[in-house]
Amino acid sequence: MKRLVGALAVASMLAMGLAACSDDGDGKDKKSDSTPSGGGAPVPRLDGTTVSVAAVWTGDEQAAFKKVLADFEKRTGAKTEFIPTGDSASTFLGQRVEGNAPPDVAFLAQPGVLQQFAQKGWIKPLAPDVQQAVQANFSGQWQKLGSYQDKLYGVYYKGANKSLIWYNAKVYENAGATEAKTWDDLLKNAGLISDSGTPPFAIGGADGWVLTDWFENIYLSQAGPEKYDQLAKHKIPWTDPSVKAALETLAQVFGKGDWFPGGSGGVLQTEFPASVPQAFGDPPKAGMIAGGDFIGTNIIKDTKAKIGTDAKFFGFPAVGTGKAPVVTGGDVAVAMKDSPGAQALLKYLASPDAAKVWAQQGGYLSPNKNLDFAAYRDDTTRGIAKNLIAAGDDFRFDLSDQTPAAFGGTKGEGEWRDLQDFLRNPSDVAGAQAKLEADAAKAFSAG
Amino acid sequence: MSDKAPAQVAVPEKTKPTPARETRGLGSGTLLGWLFLLPAIVMLAVLVAYPIVWSLIRSLFGADGWSDFVGIDNYKELFTDDNTFTALKNNLIWVLVVPAAVTALGLVFAVLTERVRFATAFKLIVFMPMAVSMLAAGITFRLVYDRDPDQGVANAVMTSVHDVFSEGAPYPGARPRNDAVLTPQGGGFLTRAGTAADGTALLPLVALPANKIPGDARNARPGVPAAGGLGGVVWIDFSKGNAGKPGVVDPGEKGLPGVKVEAVRGGHTVASTTTGKDGSFTLPASAAEGGPVQLRLAASNFAKSFAGYDWLGPNLITAAIIGAYIWMWAGFAMVLIAAGLAAIPRDALEAARVDGATEWQVFRRVTIPLLAPVLVVVMVTLVINVLKIFDLVYIISLGSSQKEANVLALQMYIASFGGGNNQGLGSAIGILLFLLVLPAMLFNIRRFRRENR
Repeated sequence: MKRLVGALAVASMLAMGLAACSDDGDGKDKKSDSTPSGGGAPVPRLDGTTVSVAAVWTGDEQAAFKKVLADFEKRTGAKTEFIPTGDSASTFLGQRVEGNAPPDVAFLAQPGVLQQFAQKGWIKPLAPDVQQAVQANFSGQWQKLGSYQDKLYGVYYKGANKSLIWYNAKVYENAGATEAKTWDDLLKNAGLISDSGTPPFAIGGADGWVLTDWFENIYLSQAGPEKYDQLAKHKIPWTDPSVKAALETLAQVFGKGDWFPGGSGGVLQTEFPASVPQAFGDPPKAGMIAGGDFIGTNIIKDTKAKIGTDAKFFGFPAVGTGKAPVVTGGDVAVAMKDSPGAQALLKYLASPDAAKVWAQQGGYLSPNKNLDFAAYRDDTTRGIAKNLIAAGDDFRFDLSDQTPAAFGGTKGEGEWRDLQDFLRNPSDVAGAQAKLEADAAKAFSAG
Repeated sequence: MSDKAPAQVAVPEKTKPTPARETRGLGSGTLLGWLFLLPAIVMLAVLVAYPIVWSLIRSLFGADGWSDFVGIDNYKELFTDDNTFTALKNNLIWVLVVPAAVTALGLVFAVLTERVRFATAFKLIVFMPMAVSMLAAGITFRLVYDRDPDQGVANAVMTSVHDVFSEGAPYPGARPRNDAVLTPQGGGFLTRAGTAADGTALLPLVALPANKIPGDARNARPGVPAAGGLGGVVWIDFSKGNAGKPGVVDPGEKGLPGVKVEAVRGGHTVASTTTGKDGSFTLPASAAEGGPVQLRLAASNFAKSFAGYDWLGPNLITAAIIGAYIWMWAGFAMVLIAAGLAAIPRDALEAARVDGATEWQVFRRVTIPLLAPVLVVVMVTLVINVLKIFDLVYIISLGSSQKEANVLALQMYIASFGGGNNQGLGSAIGILLFLLVLPAMLFNIRRFRRENR
């Protein structure tokens, strides 16, 4: 008996060990097979060199981007290798640098990471000819985002427009609501939709970034780009009156319990992917959803609604006396090695030709102002792209992406969590501000 | 532990060989023994001892690495931080609830399976969750606990059971057009102004989806009181774009049939009726004999149907995750306890039965004491395992409830890699966790020692 107990204990330890081993790593690096270089491509020729590119893209996005790389191969004769970074690109790239094996080119999603990498000397400035290409093709704001200490480091190859409101055309029609140009209009229409018997808004509030996007759009429009930049750098505190005004404006929506399917509790239990079918499912559980161009992808994937007829969008309305906001996101390509291949690829990515390759495949927006809008596959994307380019230098990059990740980019922490608490208790503006400020101060001092 | 080969079969004491003792005297044998142990020792040193020492040292440094010596500041922060405190509290709940619950459940399963046919099949099913990875189980339970009853099994069961016992209201979610006419009262709505015996009341409602308006509802007409009666109309005061006037019955607006209307005076219901197909109603004039009465639309018209629980909300999240964990590990406890049961000498049980003990007494006074060593091993193993719980909590909790579900291992991960990248603080939490697990480990090791002596 005693002996048995010992055996059982050992066996149980083994069982635990086995259970612990069930974790799994990320995907493996893929070596691209050699492709015989195509003829007729313009200089520079890079025959015999291999350019490695690290990016977060998977699935359709990866397939689309590989076509872009194939076009680059055809033009230069170089080979390319795509390295998926997994979800946390900066950690992955940090490890590659430590291991002395950085990729030639990497895509970063946050401007803050670009700054951090440049400071550490992990990325290389753009060569003069690449700089010229960037200056010719991108508005000043995009250049600024790709710079560190007035030196250009990055090419914003892919953009995102996060200032859209997608709506269910049937719900709008049924309620007699119209596309809103101002915040007050939006509230009025939301009231109409609520009266008609459908909660007006779907919000995937279980994902904190959905709420930060709401805040950013209101803040950019209401407080203006200058304040926005200051808040992003934490030069003004979150206890600033402008933040108070923005939160109070936000509370005009968040404070209405019956404006969301399942009330505020429902919002906090709904993750972003589940919130899109709420607005576009059958029967619709909500009338509209605020968010980026990428919602189009979710509509196609998860609902039967047709974009352009069942699902339409308009730009996030102007709040107060401000202009309508354009909050963007984007992926910036940087060189992590001083190689001619890296600079050649960056130069190519800065060109309208490279943008065109992905634009034709869909699911893509280019910040490149010289890309012909005709390259986009459908009118909806074209409309979003026009909205993005038309903003000129007035757009601003996602605020939470500019702050340290501990504040603006971590599940259950910092701004994400504070806004969720605010949604739970929208009357406590001062309390929310105090918490935001405390978290921001901590993250900025640590960063 | 490494010097003991895991015994596959319980060997009776008498025939147990003792090879270790026999070779101990031989010098060359000792050397050979160390030689064989060397790989294991190297592995232990590299994979166990080194990381522990390293973490201990690292915990004395701040986020910026070796240049940033902070002494015991990380430990100070650890004990003053709300997040760590929540994590500690939750770990305590886990340790108190889970090992006991899993062992009890395992015991019940083990004892019951001794008595049923298809015991092997049953055991296989109960044990099967052990074969699922924590990650997959976490994702599965995230779905199980989904708030929407169409997706989440837990709420689907809850709402179905609830619906059996109570029927839903006909017009959930409908609300008055404006507060000036009707005010909310206990789920229903009460008119502000009194209505006289020959008066007419217009009671406008909104926010009812088209599919909730009955097909046989007719257009509302401004209520005409029947001769000598008190009347009115309840209708949906909404037309596209709110084109009509609020509070006025516009053409095309539908009456709401079947709404229960009560006449109230001084808090007492004096008369009641239900509306007709065009939403009109008439109350006997006698109701208003003593002066104007208030009208109430009863709460039973509007009660929202039970929508289940917020399993993943801040209040239930830890319980929900514990539920998932028990599902996974009950089979583990069952298998170990069943093995223990099988090894209990039958003659002891028989002797008790012959002496006239009831089955319950046999179980309580003979089986459990004989099983105690096994139960303790299962419990202690679970305590160790539960202290380290990470995967399920990380996967099942939502961003809006992760703080409430927090446990030490998760807090360690968040501090080290979750944006703050403070691996000093993370190491400190790791050391704390290690110290908490240590007593249970020592206890287990001492047991092995004693049992193998």
